[in-house]
Amino acid sequence: MTAVSTPRSEFLAGMRDTFPMVVGGAPFGIIFGALAVHAGLSPLGALSMSLLVFAGSAQFIAVGLIAQNVSPLFIVVTTFVVNVRHALYSATLAPYLRHVKARWLPLMGFTLTDETFVTVFKRFEEHGATPHSQWYYFGSSAFLYTEWQLSTLAGIVAGRTIPNPQSWGLDYAATVTFTGMIVSMLRNRSTGLAVIAAGVVALIANPLPNRLGLMLAAVAGLVAGVIGKSYFREDQEVGHE
Amino acid sequence: MNEVLIIGGMALVTFLIRYPVLALVGKIEMPKRVMDALRYVAPSVLAAIVVPVVLLPNDKPIQQPADAIPALATLLAALVMWRSKSLLATVMTGMAAFLILRAALLSLGV
Repeated sequence: MTAVSTPRSEFLAGMRDTFPMVVGGAPFGIIFGALAVHAGLSPLGALSMSLLVFAGSAQFIAVGLIAQNVSPLFIVVTTFVVNVRHALYSATLAPYLRHVKARWLPLMGFTLTDETFVTVFKRFEEHGATPHSQWYYFGSSAFLYTEWQLSTLAGIVAGRTIPNPQSWGLDYAATVTFTGMIVSMLRNRSTGLAVIAAGVVALIANPLPNRLGLMLAAVAGLVAGVIGKSYFREDQEVGHE
Repeated sequence: MNEVLIIGGMALVTFLIRYPVLALVGKIEMPKRVMDALRYVAPSVLAAIVVPVVLLPNDKPIQQPADAIPALATLLAALVMWRSKSLLATVMTGMAAFLILRAALLSLGV
């Protein structure tokens, strides 16, 4: 391994590796803030949602439902469905976090997002867990959390002056970042198969509500990956651990 | 208003999805097969997020030239990532390509 890792160096490494995600995510926050006030949420409510929920796609969907005057219970249930994929993220990361003190885990759970998950997972895959890996995690999640609050705030302030926030096309930035992450993860054929399977299922399941297609596609990718791994005989290669 | 109820409920269910598995699984030994399978979650979820956005813009198949802009810019971004291995360079070129293509089409009036 490289130089001695300290909490500080790990935190900074987490921030550095997450920076492209921050760039890609900021437009999302701005659009969210603007949409939220358009939907009738108070400025304080819009900011509180980013502060307390911290889940981009669920927040977008909730704001859409608020605009339609849907009942709070329905919105909460929808949030559950949209976010349930995070349980898969937790299960994936948990084995690497065995040495982390229990008191850190609630904060890690609270700040878990798509972006931090893929960034931290990639790090753990390549470097394994280090004694200070929770600080890498927090470097990533704290950076994204800060960006999400600031961009939400910017959107709330700008919201009233912008007639149609979604028409900018800036939300596309996150897609580009995620594409880059996919390419960086394509290390073997089974991963390629997983990506193709997930993509195809996501296309077919696109009409399903509440991002259910996302969950189905994730499971399809997982199954395809496992099948691919044994079909391509990758288990005979030397692994990381 | 309902805001407190909505935001409080959303915060609670989201936390109850993210945290408990994190706290439990670290204590239980997971079978290697399960761990191997979970390795595919990250690339699969990313593909599931990206592919519909690119190939079904506005939830419809690509029909006009403007619909194809995300797909073109994404293809370019993938190439940049493959060659440069820099995520930041990828985001910058992908976004630039997206904005330039869109401005070009707008100015042509397509």
